[in-house]
Amino acid sequence: MSLNIELSLKRERFSLALHTQLPGAQFSAIYGHSGAGKTTLLRWIAGLERAPGSLSFNGQRWQAPGLFVPTQDRQIAYVFQDARLFPHLTVRGNLEFAYQRRFNDRGPSINEVASWFELSSLLDAVTDNLSGGERQRVALARALLSSPQLILMDEPLGSLDPQGKARILHHLEQLHRLSATPVVYVSHDIEEVSRLADHLLILEGGRVSAQGPLIELSSRHNLRLNHEEQAAAIIEARIEHHDRHYHLTELRIGDTLPLFISRSDSVCGALVRVRIPARDVSLSLSKAHDSSILNILPATVDAIEESSNARALVRLQVAGQFLLARVTRKSIDRLQLTTGKVVYAQIKSVALLSAAQ
Amino acid sequence: MLSAQDWVAVLVTIKLAAVTTAILLLIGPPLAWWLAHTRTRSKPLLEALVALPLVLPPTVLGFYLLIAFAPASPLGQLWLAVSGGQLAFTFSALVIASVIYSLPFVVQPLQASFEALPRALLEAASTMGASRADQFRNIVMPLSKRSFIAAASLGFAHTVGEFGVVLMIGGNIPGQTQVLSIALFDKVEAMAYSEAHWFAGGLIVFSLLLLAFIYNLNRRSSVGASGLIKL
Repeated sequence: MSLNIELSLKRERFSLALHTQLPGAQFSAIYGHSGAGKTTLLRWIAGLERAPGSLSFNGQRWQAPGLFVPTQDRQIAYVFQDARLFPHLTVRGNLEFAYQRRFNDRGPSINEVASWFELSSLLDAVTDNLSGGERQRVALARALLSSPQLILMDEPLGSLDPQGKARILHHLEQLHRLSATPVVYVSHDIEEVSRLADHLLILEGGRVSAQGPLIELSSRHNLRLNHEEQAAAIIEARIEHHDRHYHLTELRIGDTLPLFISRSDSVCGALVRVRIPARDVSLSLSKAHDSSILNILPATVDAIEESSNARALVRLQVAGQFLLARVTRKSIDRLQLTTGKVVYAQIKSVALLSAAQ
Repeated sequence: MLSAQDWVAVLVTIKLAAVTTAILLLIGPPLAWWLAHTRTRSKPLLEALVALPLVLPPTVLGFYLLIAFAPASPLGQLWLAVSGGQLAFTFSALVIASVIYSLPFVVQPLQASFEALPRALLEAASTMGASRADQFRNIVMPLSKRSFIAAASLGFAHTVGEFGVVLMIGGNIPGQTQVLSIALFDKVEAMAYSEAHWFAGGLIVFSLLLLAFIYNLNRRSSVGASGLIKL
């Protein structure tokens, strides 16, 4: 897909100015803090918000000076944070509402989608009685049943408890497999975004501060995002083998370096994405053999970004990919870290995100 | 007991209320929808215009309608050209007057309901490809069902209870324009109190039952029939 966006919007305490393109990724995320303008941008893309600009999707013009294609003619689906199920209809009624108005006949059937989202037993339920997670699953199912050419999602996990969140995240990860429809996903949660997105657009104060492939952005040392507490690098690795005895799974980075994670059920040989928080990476000049840390990788210092406080962010190259390490400025001086120096990265935590695309 | 002519008055009244309610259900919802969503600055004025029959003495409305319906007036002339007869003192004149007179009773509950209806749901429907008409038919109407029933009942009841306007423009012609309230007036004038009781008592019971029905709807309503209580 490609989405060409040119927007300038002024509200009382808020403005949005964008001139950008979301390229061919299947799962693009718009990330930013609350108030950055993410939701407004998404609503504008849907035609729910009016503001001057131009917008085209895969060559179809949705908005231009003198032209405005109304929401119902854009052939999109929109998953709102608050589900927005129709209260006078049952779950099945809600699904049928979308299905009867679907934009083409190539999409999945109600029964298929109901089984993907584990809704089969809820079809006759009144929507008032559903939990937050169930409501959101119905909303997702409804979106797919429209057979849209683009699905927009506005923080669909925003109002869920951790359990409901995990379940929906799982479903969203499956989307890649179930549907080829491109998704634009808005979120303020970087962990959520890094699990799902291929492409990332970072919005700050109504402007694009960076955009690109997620893996590339997650290792940029000069990005404000990566100086935040939860900053983490994302690395792709292949599943090598499962260790039943210790309940570990061994991954290989660049087919050479081993990386251990808690046992996963992914099949051997699968390419997966892992997330390594910068705060969980420490550095040493020699490889410690008496450490409890399992994952110690040889790395080359690629860049160092010192902040004005005690901390610094070090970008490390590991078998062609990048890691971030948050250390103190004092340590930088003590270890005499400079670009090109070989160090050992001691990694305290690794989270498996999903099968890579 | 009631005479055959009295029963005719009852039938005329029911017919008038039914026709009026039907017309109001055609013009009320679009008007209420427009009032609920318009951003025009003249909205308060238009709302006031719709609500005017609530506060005006019915005789004021009746007086101007009488002038408007006169054979020499433009409306009277137009009517003559179209239907070949005069408008004043006909059942049709009563219907037109009743529509105006009962308009607020239909428009206000509907408008309150439309205003309370979450826009979010309409947005969701539009993302699923539903046109405005589709949204109205399949989201707005089912969610405002109780308000529609309430609006129709109030419009009907209020038309049944109409007196002043009918007195001014109706002409009290049995079988055509003689309605219950006027027939009751005649009974009282003629000191026929026992028949007057049938009319008056019947109207009280009818109105009481209908209002109880509406308030019961209102109590159970989930989506905005809040406007009703203010009536």
